[in-house]
Parts: sequence; structure tokens; C-alpha cells
Amino acid sequence: MPRAPSPALTACLDALRTQLGAAAVHDDADSILVYESDGSRLHDAVPEAVVFPRSAAQVAQVVRACVRHGVPYVGRGAGTGLSGGAMAHDGGVVVALNRMNKVLRFDAAERRIRVEPGVRNLDVTRHVAPHGLYYAPDPSSQAACTIGGNVAHNSGGPHTLKDGVTVNHLLGVQVVTPQGEIVEVGGDERPGYDLLALLAGSEGTLGLVTAAELKLLRTRESVRTLLVAYPSVEHACEAVSAIIGSGLLPCALELLDVEVVDALTAAFGLEFPDGAGALLLIETDGPLAGMKTEAKRIEAVCKEHGALSVRLAADDAERAQLWKARKQAFGALGRIARHYSTQDGVIPRTRLPEMLRHVREIAARHELRVANVFHAGDGNLHPCLLYDDESADTTARVVAAGQEILARCLELGGTLSGEHGVGIEKREAMAQLFDATALEVFTNLRAAFDPTGLCNPGKVLPLGRGCGEVLAAGKQVSS
Amino acid sequence: MSVAPDKPAPASAPNSVGAHDTQAAPSEEARSSPCVHCGFCLPACPTYDLLGTEMDSPRGRLHLMDALESGRAQPTPTLLGHLDSCLGCRACESACPSGVAYGERLETTRALTVHAPRAEGTTSPWLRRALLFGASAPAWVVHAGVVVTAAAQRWLPGLTRGIAKRMGPGAEAGLELLARRRPRRARLPSHAKPDHTPKRRVALLLGCLHRPLSASLHEATQRLLLRAGCEVIVPPRQGCCGALARHLGELDNARARVAALMDDLAAVGRLDHLVVNAAGCGASLREAAALWPADHPRHAEALSLGERSVDALELLDELGLPPARRAVPRRVALHHACHLVHAQGVRDAPERLLASIPGLQLQALADADRCCGSAGVYNLLQPELATTLREQKVQACRESGAELVAAANPGCQLQIEAGLAAAGLGLGSTHPLELLDEAHRD
Repeated sequence: MPRAPSPALTACLDALRTQLGAAAVHDDADSILVYESDGSRLHDAVPEAVVFPRSAAQVAQVVRACVRHGVPYVGRGAGTGLSGGAMAHDGGVVVALNRMNKVLRFDAAERRIRVEPGVRNLDVTRHVAPHGLYYAPDPSSQAACTIGGNVAHNSGGPHTLKDGVTVNHLLGVQVVTPQGEIVEVGGDERPGYDLLALLAGSEGTLGLVTAAELKLLRTRESVRTLLVAYPSVEHACEAVSAIIGSGLLPCALELLDVEVVDALTAAFGLEFPDGAGALLLIETDGPLAGMKTEAKRIEAVCKEHGALSVRLAADDAERAQLWKARKQAFGALGRIARHYSTQDGVIPRTRLPEMLRHVREIAARHELRVANVFHAGDGNLHPCLLYDDESADTTARVVAAGQEILARCLELGGTLSGEHGVGIEKREAMAQLFDATALEVFTNLRAAFDPTGLCNPGKVLPLGRGCGEVLAAGKQVSS
Repeated sequence: MSVAPDKPAPASAPNSVGAHDTQAAPSEEARSSPCVHCGFCLPACPTYDLLGTEMDSPRGRLHLMDALESGRAQPTPTLLGHLDSCLGCRACESACPSGVAYGERLETTRALTVHAPRAEGTTSPWLRRALLFGASAPAWVVHAGVVVTAAAQRWLPGLTRGIAKRMGPGAEAGLELLARRRPRRARLPSHAKPDHTPKRRVALLLGCLHRPLSASLHEATQRLLLRAGCEVIVPPRQGCCGALARHLGELDNARARVAALMDDLAAVGRLDHLVVNAAGCGASLREAAALWPADHPRHAEALSLGERSVDALELLDELGLPPARRAVPRRVALHHACHLVHAQGVRDAPERLLASIPGLQLQALADADRCCGSAGVYNLLQPELATTLREQKVQACRESGAELVAAANPGCQLQIEAGLAAAGLGLGSTHPLELLDEAHRD
């Protein structure tokens, strides 16, 4: 339950009520309870207040008030994150940016759009689609997640295999720095440090994004989507390596194992091929002229590697249905388990079969079920550990299994996170990926942006020596 | 729980049998359909869209209901305010990949908190009390109440307006809606047969509020059912479906009503269907079994009622109609009634039927499956939010280029009609069945 509000917090909220209006500041028991969790439930933390700014100026007011009173703060969009990045673990204030959801400027000829951080990913494409344009990064949560969160996590999605992640489509951002200044970053080519690339994926620890300028692509001329069934996950993984190795470049290459297929069957009543142990969802795009040949070549490689069946989506409706199922796969896991926790490790593609065996072995040892749905083309795994109760024993097993999976990813030459971010979940594992020197550079960099250590504290960097100094600095300011 | 064929079944855990532990607790089904917090419901929720606070979103409300159940939160007026702000439109259920039985959860939580104090200034306590009284009074009292209020409004406009004003904006909104209809008794033969062997033997539900307010809709429905080859019975004794009581959380009363309705229907012999032309009533009837624990003698009966209850549009779409007799050359926008599209999973049937009418031009309506703010008695209880939703709907209708807006629920129809009138637009509103009837009448 929430602790009694400190005088500093009370003073901070009083100031914010004056500046933002009372309706924009919530610190009642019910409101803060709801903001204790986001897209995952393993990292719940009840904040002390939630504030709803409506403009960059108001965000700056919030940050300045928090700094003045020594109150930690963390930005939040739609709360679809999966690593606890938007949780207020040190108490303090959740800055909910979802009400800042206006399109600020759209230039179809220049193929760029400037939006507030609370605009949903899919709404960007909806807005520009009549002009034959779309926004490429497509995280599975794209119907719900916001651009602000996408920038913070440098989000990807199935189609990043060919199109790249958020930073590849980011022309500039407006950010409120941890000192409460409104700064424009990026824009036209300029010499000097690439701060835009630094901010993308900084998980809200270097400032709060209050606007983002996005690059738009021309709507794809033609698309072919194939659903290929394999007797086992291993067969499917081999086919993935073969497709990439053959020089073909599909725009998406997704793998779904039999547990996920079961959940999707229950959720959407889809019919998948019988006896399949794994499915590959493959999409290829490009000029209409070469499409048929491209799809045929992919089909041939799939068959060479033991495909049980290959189905080509007949029309846009069938393709949309397949993607809807893929993108709602995490949510559909609720059909086969009460809770799930997903990992986000990345490994070299060729080691996928080996890694998946490890995942199954680790899950079995911790007596957990596991379902896999992931971006196979990128080697970006999403093993979902399924569990039905929230007892301390169960959650401890889930956390332990998750950590073992990540450790194994690192052993196989991979990394901790493809797109879900480090957040609070993987911060300690960062010490396994980076040596002390690298972590110190990170810590100093962060302190340069955020000398008070109040901007989303406790995330991304391990709570070791280096980060402790930042936290201590923050506490000095607050005392 | 009965679900329409094109709506995926709600999830159930391995151990669940869909049974209630007690009559006021959520069924295993509702409890075991877990919210995994993915947030896909957020963009679907009209109140989250308007308010931007997660307490007023499906995910947030489920979190609050969980906290209530586990004792982490208390039924404070603030918390109940977040549950009361829910339309019950169930768009979140259409959006939910996890199959959370949100509507059932909300209903049972409301039942447990129906008499708990509400925050001042949200809803007029008088109006709430009046509606609760209506929900617990016999159907004929509701019926009479509508007729008397309508008459009073006609003959004593000053007095009725004065009373409504004292009861608050919700009551005034109610009067505004009522003013748009002249209650009358529907002219319906109690038993009508087609010339040939009937394809189905069906009963027509008239409802309580809508019995006097939707007389012409009922007549149109009966004619269409006959034309589609049904033997149509209008049981002389029939009460209310209990939906209003359920929405408010008065489950005992809803049970009594459904039980009475089942008894009345039993008196007319074997029935293939109970045909409903109000989506709200239909949704409630389809889920009638959830009112009783599985071992209760009424449960099986309610299950069967649920399976046989069908929206008139869905049945007509299934049976098919002979070729239309005349063209209806009008530009029509179709608003999807929440309790048809989200609660019953019926999306295509109304569109197919309207498209079959010669000369009729279907205009695309933006956010056609977003709630219009009517939502049972929501427009009376939460007039402010309801009016904003109504204005959004009116704006979409205006942009659709239609001259007529069709909605398969008399409540939506009335709400949209009032909104169109308030905006001074020359658009009308109708029920898809009335358009069909126009094309098929002698």
C-alpha cells in the first residue's frame, strides 16, 4: 500500500495543481493503484501520484517541480511496455503523456509527420494512409502503444527485418530534459554528436519526449504473405537460416510454436494446418513485377527444408487476419494461461534451434510452460513463460527462468533485448553484457543529462557502484 | 453463456465449468478469463478515449475490480465512479485477444455495489433511485410510467420540465428522448402464419420500455418474419428481459424477470426462437444463463433460452427474404449497435440485409462500432459523457454523406436521432428492420 506522502511530494503536487489544474493531478488510492502496472505484471510498483500534462510546457513544469522538490518521475504512454520501464519503483510521479495525442504537422510531399508523444503508432499510419504513405515500425502492440514509448524503447516489430527500427525513421524529437528545458534534437543534418540516436532507446532516462518528427514510407506496391507449416520448431529455424542465406530478403519472418498456435486458434478460430509443430509467417514486398517469382523462390526454399504445407494469403483480408493473429499473440496467451512473462533475447540466427532447446529445458526445470512467438529473421526471441498463480514461489521461478534464458542468450553470442528494453527487468543482467568500464561510461553519460538522478531512476543500469552514485546525487538534492 | 457463431468463445481455464460459486460472485468463466494487461482494449474504449485516465479504461477497471475482490481496495465513491463511468458497450471484448468476459465481471461487481453510496454531483440520486425502482417494478409499471410521462410532457410541459430540471440533466435528457416518440399500442396479430409450411416457429419479444415506444418497429419485424417464412407468435403475456436491472446491478430482479419471461414463453408451446429487435435485450437474453449457478434448476432453462434468442436481423439474414418489392433509394449510414456487434458478435448481417435493398446506397460511417452514448440508461446516468459521444457520432454521420442513419437498437436510434435534431441536421434515424420492411411491404 502507498506510504504516507512526504512533505516534499505534497509540496510538489500542490505546485502542480496550481500550474496544471487540479484535474491533471491524481494521488487518490484508486488512481495510483491502477498505475502500478503496465504490459507486464512482474514489476508492479504503486506510484505516489499520476499527472497528466497537455503540452511540452506543462511537461517542463512537471519536471521542474519534481527536481525542485526532489521527487522521482517516470514517463508513460499507453503502458504496454514489457520490461517495467514505466513503473515508479522509487515512488514519485508517473507522467502520463497519453493525453498529448495531437498530430502537429503533416507534410505529404516531404513524407514527414510531427506528432505528440501520446499519438498511437497505428494512428500515424491511419492518418497518412490516404496519401499513400505509412509509418514502418510496427510493434505488435501498435494498435495501443504510443510514439513516445516507441522512441523511448527504439521499438521494432515484425517488419523491422527489412525496414529497420524506430531510430531509422526518426527525423527529430522535442524533449524535456531532466533540467526541465525544452530542447529540439535532430532535424536537418548537423555536425556534432548524434543526440537523436542516443535518445532513441534511452528508456526515458535522459528526458521526456514531447514531440517526434517521423519519416514516412510510400505504401508498399505489392505484398505476398505465406504461412508455412513445419513438423517442428527446429525445421522452421533451419528454413529461416536457409531463406536469409539464399539472399532473399523478406520484410518479415515470424515463427510461432504449437503452444502459440493453440492460443491463436482459441482466440480467433483460425484454422492452422494439422500436425504442425511450428509455423512461419513470411512476408515479402516490393515492385509488383518481381513479386510472383520472389514468393515462388521463398516457397521453394521452404519446401526444401521440410515444409508440411505452404499457404499463400489469397487477399488483403486473409493477410490482415494472419497479421492480426500474430500481433495479438501475446494477448491471446491469456487463453492458455492466467499470466505470462516474455523475454526479449537476441541471438545469431544460426543458433536458434539450439537456443530453443535450451529455453524448453530451462522452462521444464523450473516447472513452467513456455510458448514461443518471435522475430525469427532477426534472431529476436520472445519465449513466453506461462504461469497461473501469482504466489511468491511461482514468480520467483518465472524470474529465475527468465534470467537463465538471458544468460544463455549471452553465452551464445547474443544480447539482452531486441526491442522490449532493459527497464527494471534486465538491469542487473547489463553487468553480464558490459564490463565495468562501459557501465561507467553509461553512468557518466546519464549523469551528464540527469545530474539529480530523478528521471526514471533505477532503470537500465545495474544498481551497482556506478548507478548508486547517481541515485545518491539525487537524494542529496532532495534532502 | 451463449455466443454468436462469428464471435470467438470466451476463454475458460482447464478446471472451470462455467459455474457460479455464489449468485453474486463472478462465474469461473469470468474469473478465469485473465487480463494479461496487454492494453489492446485501451484504443477500443470510448471513456478512455474521452477521459484519458486508465481508471476509466477496461484494463484499469478490471484492475480495480480485482483489487475490490482481493480486499486491496474498498468500494469508495471514487472507485465506484470509475465503474459507473463504464458504458458497458463491451467494445473491449471485441478488442481483447485474451477473451476476458468483461461484461460479466462488470455486472457482478455492480451487483455487489449497487446500493453503496456514490460521489455527489455525478448522477442525481433521485434519478438513480427512480431507475432502480423501475428496474424492480413489474413491467407494466415501467410501461405505464412511460405512457404517463409522455402524456404529462404533452399536456403539462411546464410541470414535467420543472420536475426534470430538479432531478438533474439526466432526467432532462430522458425527457428530450421521450419527446421524440408518441407511445402507442402495436397492432400485432397474436398468431400469424405464412401461406406455406413455416420454416421456424418464433415468438416476438416486445420489451418493456420499447413496447409502447417502438410499436411500428414491432409491426415491421412481424411482417418481415412472416415474409421470411416464420410462424410468428406474439405472446400476450410477456414482461421485460431484465437487461435494465442487470445493467444497474439488480440481479435478483433480473432473475425474477427472466424467470417470468421463461414461464410466459413456455405457455405458447415449442419455439425455435425468441426473436428480439433491440440489441440490448438480445444480448442480455443470450447471456441469461449467467444469472444462475449451473446446478440451479433455472440454469438449463436459461441456457436454452439463450441459445434460442436471436436478433431479428441475424435470423432474417440466415433465412433469407424473397426479392424486395420496391426500391428504397436512400443514402444510409449503418451504426453498429454495441450490444449487437460487441456483445453478440453480429456485424455482417445488418450490412448484408441493407445492401440487399434495391436502390439503397450504404455510406461508410467512421467508427461505426463506437458507442453513441445511449448504452441502456447511461445517457440518463452520465449525461455529460453520453452527450460528448453523441456529438462524435453526429459528426461522423454528418461526414458520411448519408441522409438516414440506421441503428439496430431502439435506444441508439433515439439517442442518435436526438443528437441529429440538436445539431439541426436534416438527417433522420431509423432501424434497419424498418428500411427492410419498406422494401418488402405489400
